[in-house]
Amino acid sequence: MLKCRTVWRTLAPLARTSSTVCRQNARRAGLNNGRLPACVPAAHMSTAPAGGGRENQLYVLLVGATCVGGAIYAYRTVKGDSQRYQDRIDEISSRPLKTFTEEPATPTQSEPPAAPSPAEPSPPAPDAEILAPIETADLPSVWIASTADEPAVEASPQEAAEPAAALIVEEGDASPASHKVSSHTPYLLIGGGTASFAAARSIRARDPGARVLIVTDELVPPYMRPPLSKELWFSDDPSVTETLRFKQWNGKERSIYFQPPSFYINAEELGSAENGGVAVLTGKKVVHMDVRGNKIKLDDDTEISYDKCLIATGGVPRNLQVIERAGEEVMKRTTLFRKVEDFKSLDKVSRNVKSITIIGGGFLGSELACALGRRSTESDLEVIQMYPEKGNMGKVLPEYLSNWTTEKVKKEGVKIISEALVKSVVSKDDKLEIQLKDGRLVKTDHIVAAVGLEPNVDLAKSAGLEVDSDFGGFRVNAELQARSNIWVAGDAACFYDIRLGRRRVEHHDHAVVSGRLAGENMTGANKPYWHQSMFWSDLGPDVGYEAIGIVDSSLPTVGVFAKATAKDTPKAATEESGTGIRSESETEHTASSPVASSAPSPTGVQHKDEYGKGVIFYLRDKVVVGIILWNVFNRMPIARKIIKDGEEHADLNEVAKLFNIHDD
Amino acid sequence: MSSVREEGKDRIIFVTKEDHASPSSAELVEEDPNDPYEERGLILPSGEINWNCPCLGGMASGPCGTEFKDAFSCFHYSKEEVKGSDCLENFRAMQECMQRYPELYPQEDEKEQQQQQSSETKPTSQDSAETSENGWWRWLLSFYKTPASLWPTAP
Repeated sequence: MLKCRTVWRTLAPLARTSSTVCRQNARRAGLNNGRLPACVPAAHMSTAPAGGGRENQLYVLLVGATCVGGAIYAYRTVKGDSQRYQDRIDEISSRPLKTFTEEPATPTQSEPPAAPSPAEPSPPAPDAEILAPIETADLPSVWIASTADEPAVEASPQEAAEPAAALIVEEGDASPASHKVSSHTPYLLIGGGTASFAAARSIRARDPGARVLIVTDELVPPYMRPPLSKELWFSDDPSVTETLRFKQWNGKERSIYFQPPSFYINAEELGSAENGGVAVLTGKKVVHMDVRGNKIKLDDDTEISYDKCLIATGGVPRNLQVIERAGEEVMKRTTLFRKVEDFKSLDKVSRNVKSITIIGGGFLGSELACALGRRSTESDLEVIQMYPEKGNMGKVLPEYLSNWTTEKVKKEGVKIISEALVKSVVSKDDKLEIQLKDGRLVKTDHIVAAVGLEPNVDLAKSAGLEVDSDFGGFRVNAELQARSNIWVAGDAACFYDIRLGRRRVEHHDHAVVSGRLAGENMTGANKPYWHQSMFWSDLGPDVGYEAIGIVDSSLPTVGVFAKATAKDTPKAATEESGTGIRSESETEHTASSPVASSAPSPTGVQHKDEYGKGVIFYLRDKVVVGIILWNVFNRMPIARKIIKDGEEHADLNEVAKLFNIHDD
Repeated sequence: MSSVREEGKDRIIFVTKEDHASPSSAELVEEDPNDPYEERGLILPSGEINWNCPCLGGMASGPCGTEFKDAFSCFHYSKEEVKGSDCLENFRAMQECMQRYPELYPQEDEKEQQQQQSSETKPTSQDSAETSENGWWRWLLSFYKTPASLWPTAP
C-alpha cells in the first residue's frame, strides 16, 4: 500500500508535467492555428475542445494507466499475503508430523491430523492465530516422546486438553513402570535431608501405619549436616571419614545419620507392610512433577503417584562466576562444600596439600576455616580465608563484634584476607593463583568456595509452582503449603512467618522445625509456622553463640555485655551444667562442645572491650526481631518468648536482665 | 556501673553483676495455655498423648511405633490400681518387636538420663535416638514394676 502511495506520488508530478507539456503543445498548436485567417477562430473554437481533447485523452490515459497499475499491484500483494499465510499454516501443521516420525516406536501419521487449519482469518491478523496452534502442538509431542514405547495417541494439536487426556490413556498402557517400586504412595517426600526426615517422623507419629516414601538423589539415607563442618573435623578417630561418627559433649558417640539403615523398610515392601513405615529410595532424582495428575517422574522414567507430597529439595552450593569460567584445571581444585562426599574429599585434600583458601566469610566458611586452622597446627598446612566483608560473619554480627570474632579466628591459625573481591583465578604450575580486584595475588593449592546456597527449584516449572523473586525458593503460605496437597520445607521453602514476615531460612533447626510442621500439616494439623527456630555456631573454643530470629548486621543493634571470665566458653558451659544442652534443636541434639583437646583459658587483658558474654538485640522498627546469645547458653526459651511477643521495649537493658548473663 | 557506647547504629552496654541485680522491669505477654499454635509437651491439653513430642524421640515413628503406641496408650488410659497392669500383652508385644531391632533399641543396662520436660518447650534428648528409646523403655517398665505410690513424677 505504501508502495502504491509512493508510486502515486511519483506519478502525479509526472502527470502534471506531462499535462503542462500537453498544454504548452496545445498553446503552440493554438498559436500556429491563430496565424490562419478568419476561419481559424471558428476552427479554433471547434478544434479547441478537440485539441484540449487530445491532451485530455492523454491525461485520462495516464490516470487510467496508473489506476490499473495500482489495482494490479494491490491484487498481487493481497494474493501473495494469503499465500504466505497458507504456507505458514501448512508448515506448522506439518511439525507434529516431524516429531512423530522421529520416534522410532511410534507409528507415523502420514498426514497432518485433521488438517488443522483454523478458519481462514483475515490476513491482517495471522500472527495471533499462529500462536495458539504452536502452544498446543508442542505439548503432545513432549509427552509422547518421553514414553517412547507407547502407542501414539492421535492427539490433535488443536486441543490443549487432549495432551492431559492422552497421558492418562497412556498411563493405563504403561508397561515400563518399574515393577519393583510401588507406583503409588500416600506420602511422598522429595529430598532426603533433615526437613524430609523430620517430616517423615512427624507423619509416622500422627498417622498410625502411615506409608512414607522418601526419594533422594543422594546415595545415603538422611543425615545431619552441622557435624560435617564442625564435630567431624575435631574427631580423634582416624577412620572418621568412614564411620562418620562424632563425640557429643557427654562422651557418647553418635552417627551423623539420623537413624541406622534398619529403621527404614525397603521401598518395594512399602505397599505391603502391615504397619507402614518409612522407605528411602536413594540415587533417584525427581525430574518432573505433574500437579494435576498427582504424580512425579524419576530420572529412570519411573512414575510414582501420591496423595500428599512434600518438596524438601534443599539447595546447591553457589559458585563464583570467575571460578566457573576459569576452566577445568581450576574447577578440579575447587570444593563446593555441602554433602558427605564433599567432607570426605576435603579431608583427603587437607592432608595432601600445603595451602587451602576458603572464599566466603559466613557460617560455613568461618567454621571450615577454624576446623582447618586447627588442623594446620598439627601439619604445615596453610589456611587462608578471604571475603569481601570487613570481618568474619560481617553480614550477621555488628561491626565491633565481627572484628572481635575475626581476631579469634586468626588465633585459630587462619590467615585472613578481608575486603577481598576475587577478580580471576588461573591454574599455573600445579598451583592456583587468585587475583584480587585490588591487585593482591594469592597462591594456593586448593579452593573451598562457601559463597552461599542456591535453593533447588528445578521442579517449579513442571509443577507450576511459584518461586519467590526476593528470597528464592518455593513460595508457600504460613502453613508451608504450596498447593492443597503439596508442602515445602527446609532450605527450599520461602514461607510467611507470622511474626517476622516472609523469609527463607537456611539453618539446621529450621529444617527440623519446618519439616515437623509440614509433616503435621500433611496429617491434618493446619498449624502455621509459630515456634521460632534457632541456630548456633562455634568458632573455636572461645567463641560460641546461639541465635534466633532475624539476625542481620544491617539492622540497628543493642548489645549488653558482662565482663568475661575464664568460665565463659562453650566448652566450659557444657561441662558445668550437668544436662549441658548446648543447643535446643528439637528432635535431635546435634551440637556438641568443640573438641576438648586444647582448652586455653582466654589469655589477654580483660579490659572493658572484651566481649566475653552477653546478649545482642536486633531491632526493626523498635521491635526485637532477632537475638544473639553470645557465649550464654541454655537461655533460648526466654529469647524465643521475647521475639514471639513482638513488643516494643523502651529499655533493652531491662530485657537483658531476664537472661541473667552473669550467672553460669 | 554500666557504660554505654554508640558505634554508628549499634549501641553497646557493659554491665556488672550489680547492675543486673535488680529485677527486670520488662513486661512479657502472658502465655495462653490453650494457644493452638504452641508446641505441646507429652500430654496435650485434651488429655491425649502427643505422639509427635520430640521427647519421645523416634519411638512412635520407628518400626515398633505401633506396638509402642498401643502399649503406652493402654498404660496412659489404664484405670487399674496398679496402672498398666492390664497392659501386659501390649508391653510384651512391644518388647518382642524391639528385640528384632537391636540396632535401634539397644538393650543396655546402663542408666539413662530421664527426659525432663519443661512447661513450655521440649529440650531434646541429648543422646541418640537409640539410647532415648531405651531410656523410655526403662521408664515405662519402671511404671509397670513400681506400685502407684512410688511413681516418679510423670513427665
